Amino acid sequence: MAERILIQGNEAIGRGAVAAGCLTFFGYPITPQNEVTEWFAKELPQREGVFIQPHSESGSINMLYGGAATGVRVMTSTSSPGWALMQETMSCMANAELPCVIVLVQRGGPGQGTTQHAQMDYLSATRGGGQGGYKAIVLAPASVAENCDLVQLGFHLSDKYRNPVVVLTDAIIGQMAEPVEIQAQDFGPLPPKDWAIGGKGYRPDHQRRFISCGQGQVSAEPYSNYLSLIRALDAKYRLMESEVRFDPYLLDDAQVVVVAYGYVARVAKEAVNMARREGLRVGLLRPITLWPFPYMALRSRAEAGASFLTVEDSLGQMIDDVRLGVEGRAPVHFLGMLDRHDSTGAGMLLPGRVLEEIKKVCSGVKV
Amino acid sequence: MSRQEVEGRTWVSGTPRLWVRHPGGARQCPGCHHPIIERLIAETVDELGVEDDTVLITGVGCSTRAFAVLDMDGIFTAHGRAPDAGTAIKRALHGRPVVITLQGDGDCIAIGAGSLLSAVGRAERLTVIMVNNGNYGTTGGQMAPTTLHGQITTTSPQGRDDSTGYPMHAPELLATLKGCVYAARGSVHTPANYQRTRKYLKTAVQKQIDNVGFSFVEVLSACPPDWRLTPVESLSWIEEHMIPEFPLGEFKNVERIE
Repeated sequence: MAERILIQGNEAIGRGAVAAGCLTFFGYPITPQNEVTEWFAKELPQREGVFIQPHSESGSINMLYGGAATGVRVMTSTSSPGWALMQETMSCMANAELPCVIVLVQRGGPGQGTTQHAQMDYLSATRGGGQGGYKAIVLAPASVAENCDLVQLGFHLSDKYRNPVVVLTDAIIGQMAEPVEIQAQDFGPLPPKDWAIGGKGYRPDHQRRFISCGQGQVSAEPYSNYLSLIRALDAKYRLMESEVRFDPYLLDDAQVVVVAYGYVARVAKEAVNMARREGLRVGLLRPITLWPFPYMALRSRAEAGASFLTVEDSLGQMIDDVRLGVEGRAPVHFLGMLDRHDSTGAGMLLPGRVLEEIKKVCSGVKV
Repeated sequence: MSRQEVEGRTWVSGTPRLWVRHPGGARQCPGCHHPIIERLIAETVDELGVEDDTVLITGVGCSTRAFAVLDMDGIFTAHGRAPDAGTAIKRALHGRPVVITLQGDGDCIAIGAGSLLSAVGRAERLTVIMVNNGNYGTTGGQMAPTTLHGQITTTSPQGRDDSTGYPMHAPELLATLKGCVYAARGSVHTPANYQRTRKYLKTAVQKQIDNVGFSFVEVLSACPPDWRLTPVESLSWIEEHMIPEFPLGEFKNVERIE
C-alpha cells in the first residue's frame, strides 16, 4: 500500500525524485525553493546518494551535465534568477542529448523581483531560454501530489528522449501542504544508456565514449557533422510534440473556456465552480505540458464556438500559446497579475476576481 | 608503450597505447604545445595503468582537440565548467573513475575561476591541467588572465599594462587552499622540462588515485601564430619572458589535508 502523508509541495518534489530512482541532486540556495534543496541535503546521505551544494546555479547545471553523462538520474531545483544562470548549459545538455530534470519554482521578476509566487518564466521555459533554439518538455503541476507525480514522469520522458525536462511550478504549489500518496510509477521500458561515460573498461565493447555539447573541432558519434545533429534534434523534437497532456474540466458544453496552469489553475477551477453554480457554462482547460502545448484541444473548443479567458500570474505569456491554438477562430481574453487582490508581492489572483472576468466574457458571448 | 626491466630500473619506450594516430593529426597549429601535453596525459594514464578508468574533460578552447588523439572516455563541457562536470562524474560514480580536466588559462581561471575555486574548496578528487599560453589561442590571441605585462594581444594592442591588470598565478593561489594537496607548474619547451612536467602530472594523478585531495598542474605552452613568432622563437619567449613571471616547480605536495 502506498503511504499517504501530508507534506509540502517542495518536499513532494524530493519524494517524487527518489521514487524515480534519482539519488543525485545538485542545488544552490534560492527562495522560494529552499525546502527542495534542504530535503535532499538531509535525505540523500541516508540513501547513499549524492548531494552537492555548488558555488552557483551555473555550478548546479554543470554538475547536472557531468552527472547525467555517467547515466545516473540527476536533478536540480532553482527559482527564476537561478534559472536564468542555468540556460547556457541547459542548451549544452540539449546538444549533448543528456537527460535531466530541472525544477523551476517560479518567483516574481524581472531581476531579483520578489521571493514570492508568480508565473513570469513561462516563455523562458517553453521557448528554449538558452542559446540555439532547443526544445524541452515543460510539465506544470497544480497540486502537491502532482509535484511528486510529474517529477517522476519528467525522469521517464527525459530518459526516453535523452533531453532535459523542466518541471515548472511556483511558490504557492511549492509551499502549500496537501495529502499525497507516494508511489513509484512505472511508465514502461527505456532504452539502455550505452552512451554513458565513466571509463572505457566498464562496458562490454571496451570502446571509448565521447559526449560533446559542440560540433566543429572533434565530431561526436553518431553525428558526423553539425547538420546531422540538427536533423536528428529536429526529428526528436517532432516526436516530443506527441507528449501533450492536459486536464479538461467541464469543457463539453462550455461556452467560455478558462485556460490556466499551476497555482492559478486551482484558483480558476474554484471560479469555474462558482460560475457553474450561477448557471454559466464555463469550463477549465489546464495544460499539464506547457511545451508541447495542447493546441489541438483549444482549436476544437474554438471550432465549437467557445470563447477563451487566459488567466496567468504574469503580464501575459501563455496567452501567446492560447492564441496560437485558437488561430483567430474565437476571442481570447486575459486576466493577469495586474488584477491581483493586493499590490505587494504577496498579492494573488483570487477566485472572486476570476469569476468577475468570466461573467464579463459570458455577457459578451450572449451578445 | 613497452616496459623493460634493466638493472632494477623500468625503462619505458614507444607510443602510449592511448595515443590515436588521427588522419588529420592533432589538428593544432605548427609549434603548438597542446599535442605534447596531450601525449603527457596519455603517457601518465598508461603508466599508472588507469586507462580503463579514466575520464578526460575539456572546456572550450584548443584543449578540446585532445579527443582527436586520446583514446579514453571524454566529455566536452561548457566554457570553464570542467571542474563542475568533473565533480559530478567523480561523485556520481562514487569516486571510482580517474577524472582529469584539460583546460586553457582563460577557460580555467577567467570564466572558470568560480568552478575551479569551489572544486578546490570542496577538496574534490580531481586533477586539473591548465595550459598557460598567455592568451586566448582558439579565438585569435586575445588577452588572458595570464598575459604578461607589456605583452601585445588583440585586446591589449598597446601591450598589457597596469590598467588591464596583472598575470594570475594559479598554482601558487591554489596552494594556499586546504583542499588542494598538489600544485605545480611545468613546461614542455625542452626535453628536460618535459620529463619534469611528466613527473608532476604523474604525482598529481597519483594523489587523486590515493584519494588525498585536489591536484593541479599548470603547463606553459607556446602559441606561435597568436604570439606572431616562429615555433623556435616561441621556445625562447617561454624561457626569457614566461618563466621569469611564472616560476617552474612544485608549490604544494602534501600527503593529507591538514
